[in-house]
Amino acid sequence: MTRRMKITLGAMAAVALSTAAFASEVSPDAVEFTDDGVTVSLTGVAGDPAAGAEAFKSRKLGNCLACHTSTDMSKELFHGDVGPSLDGVASRWEQPMLRAIVVNSKHVFTDETVMPGFYSLNVGQDVAKDFVGKTILTAQQVEDVVAYLGTLKE
Amino acid sequence: MKRLLIAGVVMAAAFAGSGPVMADPVDDTLEIDGTPIVTRAKAPEGHPFDEVYSGWLFREAETRDAERDSIENPGMIAVEDGEVLWNKVEGTAGKSCASCHGDAAESMKGIGASFPKWDADSKKPINVELQINKCRTEQMGAEALAFNKGGQQELTSYIKYQSLGMPVEIDLTQGDMQAWWEKGKDVYYTRMGQLNLACASCHEKAMGKFIRADHLSQGQVNGFPTYRLKSGLTSLHQRFRGCIRDTRAEQPKAFSDELMALETYVTWRGTGLSVETPSVRQ
Ligand code: HEC
Ligand code: HEC
Ligand code: HEC
Repeated sequence: MTRRMKITLGAMAAVALSTAAFASEVSPDAVEFTDDGVTVSLTGVAGDPAAGAEAFKSRKLGNCLACHTSTDMSKELFHGDVGPSLDGVASRWEQPMLRAIVVNSKHVFTDETVMPGFYSLNVGQDVAKDFVGKTILTAQQVEDVVAYLGTLKE
Repeated sequence: MKRLLIAGVVMAAAFAGSGPVMADPVDDTLEIDGTPIVTRAKAPEGHPFDEVYSGWLFREAETRDAERDSIENPGMIAVEDGEVLWNKVEGTAGKSCASCHGDAAESMKGIGASFPKWDADSKKPINVELQINKCRTEQMGAEALAFNKGGQQELTSYIKYQSLGMPVEIDLTQGDMQAWWEKGKDVYYTRMGQLNLACASCHEKAMGKFIRADHLSQGQVNGFPTYRLKSGLTSLHQRFRGCIRDTRAEQPKAFSDELMALETYVTWRGTGLSVETPSVRQ
């Protein structure tokens, strides 16, 4: 094999890999809600609880502390209380339900809930240009947050 | 079972203790330079709340005290600057506001409590900022002031300050005010932006709750322009735009039909509250 061919093959393999990762990602419109919640991982890649904790507290990403308190995050300033405390939330909900709540809680609670859908394109009017067609969290960030929520046991 | 119940009560108490300190509007009364300020009023008929509350009741003690004391209130500088503008000759007619309206303490009393009102000429509701522009262009031969520029906020503060303590009551019977009220109500309950939130999501459903560090009020407009301790003098449409931006929606232009309808509707939602301009907020 010539050197040149090796490089081309390497590049092709990289392209194949990234499309594979993309293809196995469930798009926001294709997420399936069942009575048990969202049972299938959005990416097929296990969520990372540490990355999930970061997305959870980041004001630019989940900003979950805007509306929830959590003892696990007591070092973070300013927990809101628009929603319930998330202490022990993994003892109240199974993983597929937690995933459903994060993806679009309107399927779990009611249409009236104040909680945004973090992986949904079913959004409000006049979305700002920068956010059109985008979800608040990526599929992997949802998996990470769900993995983090899974650590919040009673 | 009984034991479980008790454990539940203890847990609830523990949560309450560790959570934010206040939940409801505080029990406090406001008087500014001897003028009593109504911060709680019986809501008008058809209102979603029984009682309307000034945003003052949701702020920390230091912020409340800063508004109580007009010497300490940083917003009073805007009122003083506004008085200078009131007397300043501008435009081709060689007139100031005072040339026609004289002493603002008399001629402008009640304006802050009754605007926006119907403007038969433009066939739209008009607010104080737009009325200033109307007089500048039609009476003074001066240019209209751009949003938040050229002393617009200061002159508005000065005019509204002349109604300090007067209860807000707008007249919806004139012209098409009722239709604009309806349109404003639609806007208030429409979910917007990527976060999919309506004004009502925060200021009605979650009123009294904390969103991060902010104690959510009813989003009343009786204190505008307001002095925000973290960002200075803030006009009403600037506040509307800020709240809309936070839902990650496109911000409508200041004085657009959408925001004029909203101003009409939200002003009605605060019927009975005293004008507090310039209020102090966080
Ligand atoms: C704008 C406010 C808001 C934000 C931001 C928010 N939530 Fe919520 N959340 C709520 C509300 C309100 C509820 C209660 C459901 C209801 O009654 O509508 C809730 C409920 C929940 C529940 C169910 C809790 C239980 O014990 O039943 C979970 C889990 C949850 N949220 C997770 C999250 C996560 C994770 C994030 C960040 C990615 C988040 N929330 C961001 C408002 C919010
Ligand atoms: C040449 C005289 C003249 C000057 C100068 C003038 N106005 Fe006016 N103003 C009027 C007239 C006439 C009206 C009523 C008709 C209208 O609404 O335009 C009015 C109405 C108003 C009103 C509404 C009063 C009400 O009861 O509804 C306000 C507020 C006002 N002017 C503020 C100002 C300010 C602020 C200035 C200076 C920037 C100013 N005016 C300059 C003549 C004047
Ligand atoms: C995500 C939650 C949220 C939404 C949605 C929201 N606001 Fe606000 N708003 C706030 C917060 C937080 C404050 C500052 C604390 C307070 O007074 O509630 C505020 C303050 C205000 C104030 C100033 C209150 C005062 O006393 O000075 C007004 C007026 C207001 N909002 C109107 C609106 C209107 C109108 C809408 C809809 C276009 C809206 N808000 C949507 C969160 C929100």
